[in-house]
Amino acid sequence: MKAGKKMKISIDRLRAWSERDTDRDYPFIPAEKSPEKEKREAPDPNRYKNAFEIRAFQKVYNVFSVVFCLTLIAVLLITISYLPRFGEAGNPANNEVEQRYIEAGLEETGAVNIVAGMILDYRAFDTFGESCVLFTAVTCVFILLKKKPTDAERENDRLYEPKNDAILQTAAAVVVPFGILFGIYVILNGHLSAGGGFSGGAVLGACLVLYLLAFGFEKTERFFTERTFRFITVIPLTFYCLAKSYSFFTGANHLESHIPLGTPGAILSSGLILPLNICVGMVVACTMYAFYCMFRKGSF
Amino acid sequence: MFGTNLLANFEEVVAVILFGIGFSTLLLHRNLIKKIIGLNIMDTAVYLFLASMGYIEGRLSPILQNGATGQEAYINPIPSGLVLTGIVVSVSVTAMMLALTIRLYQRYHTLNLDEIYMFAQREK
Amino acid sequence: MDFIRNFPFFSIMLAMLSAIITSVLPKKAARILNGCAISVCILLNAAVLWLTLVTGESFTYTMGHFPAPWGNELRAGALEALMATVFSGVLLLSVAGGAGHIDLDIEESRVNLYYVMIDLIEGAMLAMLYTNDIFTGYVFIEIMTIASCGILMIRQIGRTTLAAVRYMIMSLLGSGLFLIGVVLLYDMTGHLLMEYMHESIAALARSGQYTLPLTIAVGLITMGLCIKCGLFPFHFWMPDTYGYSTPASSAILSGLVSKLYILMLIKVYYRVVGAEFIAASKILNVLFVFGLCAIIVGSVSAIRENDIRRMTAFSSAAQIGYIFVGIGLGTTAGMAASMFHIITHAVTKPLLFISASGLSDVSGGSKKFRDLQESGLRNRAAGLGFSVGSLSMVGLPVFAGFVSKILFASASVLNPHKMLPTLIVLAVSTVLNAVYFLRTVIRIYRPAEKRDGEPVYTERLAVRDQRAFVLCLTVFAAMNLLLGLWSTPVTAILTAGLNMFS
Repeated sequence: MKAGKKMKISIDRLRAWSERDTDRDYPFIPAEKSPEKEKREAPDPNRYKNAFEIRAFQKVYNVFSVVFCLTLIAVLLITISYLPRFGEAGNPANNEVEQRYIEAGLEETGAVNIVAGMILDYRAFDTFGESCVLFTAVTCVFILLKKKPTDAERENDRLYEPKNDAILQTAAAVVVPFGILFGIYVILNGHLSAGGGFSGGAVLGACLVLYLLAFGFEKTERFFTERTFRFITVIPLTFYCLAKSYSFFTGANHLESHIPLGTPGAILSSGLILPLNICVGMVVACTMYAFYCMFRKGSF
Repeated sequence: MFGTNLLANFEEVVAVILFGIGFSTLLLHRNLIKKIIGLNIMDTAVYLFLASMGYIEGRLSPILQNGATGQEAYINPIPSGLVLTGIVVSVSVTAMMLALTIRLYQRYHTLNLDEIYMFAQREK
Repeated sequence: MDFIRNFPFFSIMLAMLSAIITSVLPKKAARILNGCAISVCILLNAAVLWLTLVTGESFTYTMGHFPAPWGNELRAGALEALMATVFSGVLLLSVAGGAGHIDLDIEESRVNLYYVMIDLIEGAMLAMLYTNDIFTGYVFIEIMTIASCGILMIRQIGRTTLAAVRYMIMSLLGSGLFLIGVVLLYDMTGHLLMEYMHESIAALARSGQYTLPLTIAVGLITMGLCIKCGLFPFHFWMPDTYGYSTPASSAILSGLVSKLYILMLIKVYYRVVGAEFIAASKILNVLFVFGLCAIIVGSVSAIRENDIRRMTAFSSAAQIGYIFVGIGLGTTAGMAASMFHIITHAVTKPLLFISASGLSDVSGGSKKFRDLQESGLRNRAAGLGFSVGSLSMVGLPVFAGFVSKILFASASVLNPHKMLPTLIVLAVSTVLNAVYFLRTVIRIYRPAEKRDGEPVYTERLAVRDQRAFVLCLTVFAAMNLLLGLWSTPVTAILTAGLNMFS
């Protein structure tokens, strides 16, 4: 009766938890190690009845879930067996929409990278929504985890991690500059080669996180505070919103758009795609870094 | 019952099985972190599905090269764009779920959803 | 005139822009900007509604320089414009009515982020209503999901965080299924714009190709959206989600957010897949049965609750059931009844949630019926508001709920196979509704029993902004009465909108 034993442990932990001092802010320790478990009083009369109900529900739930998942897989497999064949040019998805993206993309958007031209010009509204998803998520993470650091954390920002690890610091000193350069390259060349704002921004964000890991908050907060974060997300997003609004508005009302497309293949080309890639890159980099800071400390 | 293209669509088959694995992880595990992993597996399966949908045998990735500008030289760029959007969405959602998990762990010192539920019901 | 065609796009961008800017503003400025942005959105959408009614047809709006199968597109008809106007109004009123509790429940430094979330919900809502591209729909569904989780967990007590996790898991399962369905449809049609998808699906259906995969894709999309809007048997996350968050959030989540998923589903059915295919696939019958079950199960669960907020939440599950019964009838009359019920529910549930919070405030913050006795006399506005909402939900004449029940009943008569079950369930659920709502109304006016050791609450919780609270309740109650007394213009707009829709 493995499940029964497990349930009993849960109930003991529940008791220990319900007897704790509720106002105290607990440090990160697992509940098993807390001394309160030793105190035992008369057991709750409803305890076993409840446990049985929960256990029965659990069994039914498990069986139901397994059956449901297997049915889902079977149904999807049957569906797939009727779908168009993999890798063939005559499939319905390869139609005139794709043809225009590839054949007229360079001329109409100025981007050599057709995917960049597609997501930032033909279907730009989707991509605007996508940046807003990131913005929404980072706001939610702020709501959940933002807090003022305690005195102990302000004194010593690496309570749980190794401090001044020589290997990590040397490696970071070598990797971070190249990583940042590479990230910038990926962002700036988004319309010419594989990459773009999202991937380049992720590289930049990873480099910032690595730098923080190696050298700690007292180094990073010299150039990256909450103020910086606010600026670097709000200004590019506002620019993105206004620039795309301009282009949607002119497009829908058949007005002339005064944004030059430039020579295809040059860095300064393809109209709004380059600035938008830079905006997206900044937002993504800051968001990744903000996620890490929030998860670790609750502040920058 | 099955159609004729099951074996030809082996990539989609793999994607669907992966989707099922993610789905069952999400439903069966009580540990929040494992649930989040299940969610990510599910998302990844959808991306594999999408990517295999855009692939066309023997063609190049959709970045204009070697002066070829015809449709017959490149694969379908639309699924690639959709995968990109999907990845961003899943990153956001994962971050959000992890943040919720941190909050719950700080409060209840466990990751087991059933235990958390039992604790929460005792709260006033 | 032509300039009005820009308004759907303006309102979406305005909501998004104000969300972005609000994140750096202090609390007070955030509140003002939010109020202004939503008010402007109401005006813009009302203008769009006027335009569609005057011209009598819907219009499409190209997002960018590229025409439809290549670029994104918005599409506005009378139905979408009406829903956008009403929903924006309800959003504004809910936030205004719950403002006192927002200050009370939410930590000072996070209040402006609450308004960011409200703006995002407004933007995502408008985009979901107006979009003509199914993948854009998916992206904004995700924004909606994350933002609604945000307004849920911003009140940081254990139960809301837990409710947020469950809500998130259910929603993400739903989005996953929806996305797979969309991808399958894309694989078979090669389009993402709704009109073009519709054309190629019609061609496929005529030639008999891919019938099975199409049915399954539609089934997956249906299941995904039903999980997200909480149709029985996926309704169990509702009481926790609506029962513990701050009242404005409960009002928005139950009154608006779940309705938007239903509207998205209708959009997929009638604008993407097409009425003939849906009728042939029998999917509506399944929805009809689940709708009936939802009505009964939701009402019975509501009767068993002894917590006013959780009871109201279970009642939402039952109301979702009504809407699906109307859709399941498969006729235009049934659809119009569902649409009317969506509006009824959107103006009634926020009224109930917000006045319930007012009742709790004068009962020491408790939501249990035992402590709420006499609270209707201690806070007269909240008591009256709750009574009006309850009577409307029960379906008493003069109130909006009555009209929607009449519409459901008369729509069911047109469908001989489904008439009997619909009428029986309508009758049973009216009785059940009466049991739990009228019991509550009597409870809040009954004199409190003085028992030893049990305090009788007289003191108020310090909630600011009583004027806004009363004003908001008055407007909601007035809207209920208006819909109940003069329902003909609304039904006329709905019918016109449904004709433009497909």
